[in-house]
Amino acid sequence: MTEWLALFWHFLLLGSVAVGGVSTVMPDMHRYVVDENAMVSSREFSDVYALAQAAPGPNALWVTLLGLQARGAAGALATTLGILIPATVFSLIASALHARHADTPLALAIRRGLAPVALGFMLASGWLLLRSIGQSAGGYALALLALGVAMGTRLNPLWVMAAGAIAGIAGVV
Amino acid sequence: MPDTRSAREIFVTFARIGASGFGGVNYWVRRILVQEKRWITDREYLEGLALGQIIPGPNVYNLTVMIGYRFGGVRGAFAAVGGLLGVPLAVLLVLGLLYNRYSALPVLQHALAGMTAVAAGLLLANAVSLAAALPRRALPWSFLLLAFIGVGVLRWPLLWVMAALSPFAMASVWRRR
Repeated sequence: MTEWLALFWHFLLLGSVAVGGVSTVMPDMHRYVVDENAMVSSREFSDVYALAQAAPGPNALWVTLLGLQARGAAGALATTLGILIPATVFSLIASALHARHADTPLALAIRRGLAPVALGFMLASGWLLLRSIGQSAGGYALALLALGVAMGTRLNPLWVMAAGAIAGIAGVV
Repeated sequence: MPDTRSAREIFVTFARIGASGFGGVNYWVRRILVQEKRWITDREYLEGLALGQIIPGPNVYNLTVMIGYRFGGVRGAFAAVGGLLGVPLAVLLVLGLLYNRYSALPVLQHALAGMTAVAAGLLLANAVSLAAALPRRALPWSFLLLAFIGVGVLRWPLLWVMAALSPFAMASVWRRR
């Protein structure tokens, strides 16, 4: 129970600072569930992230799969609620205050000021995923190719993921 | 002026968005809410997204709560959330069970390694295109670098890094106004 509460609490804290999306706090999820508490392996961590891309809906829901892998249904509840409760509360407050514009001085300071910090965190997330599959030249090349396709075309990411799965089976990574 | 919808209609609408959102939900939010149902205008959609960016959590989820609230109060907000998340959560649970059962299979291990590399590339592509919009000044880029080093290389707790950087990061844009 204390373990469950600690997991929930950690995700609640991360959910409260996930300005710019949940992928910004991924490195700290990894630090908590993999490095510090060994609830899942590094490989399982990136596996569930990749697997969750195949589901519809918001990408952030991969934390549900992470919680499920870590501590079953209770774990899934802890990680999912931890992320969604702050988002719900803050969005309801913004709605109730009739906040319609994101250009008040404080809102602008958050948006513009925190953007580089959030991007640094996002880059750390991508780096973390890359490292988790081992230092393989094929893995780096595949990631670079996906990056190029995502930036240069409007192809549905799902097709790129499918291509990645095939490349993986073919032994590229 | 107060334009409301029933909780049921809100739920069904967002359930369609949630179930269609393969490869990103944002496209479907715009297509269904702006173009098809005309609940909100394109401008309101963009304003909602901008607002969602300063609220912690998944952007599209925040937008869902706000639109649900606007058309049905707190009840509407929860109807929207229930609709958006229902199908994806069910799919995820099935994927989780399958993973649990078959993750030892070499073919699945290889497929997942390939998918992880691609997922990393997609995430980095997103970060790179957002970073391209940053002002070409030393300050924002040093914040980006410090955030990356602190969390990605030194693996310090994110909350500390954020607490250390965000006051300066916010103050640096405040001065420029």
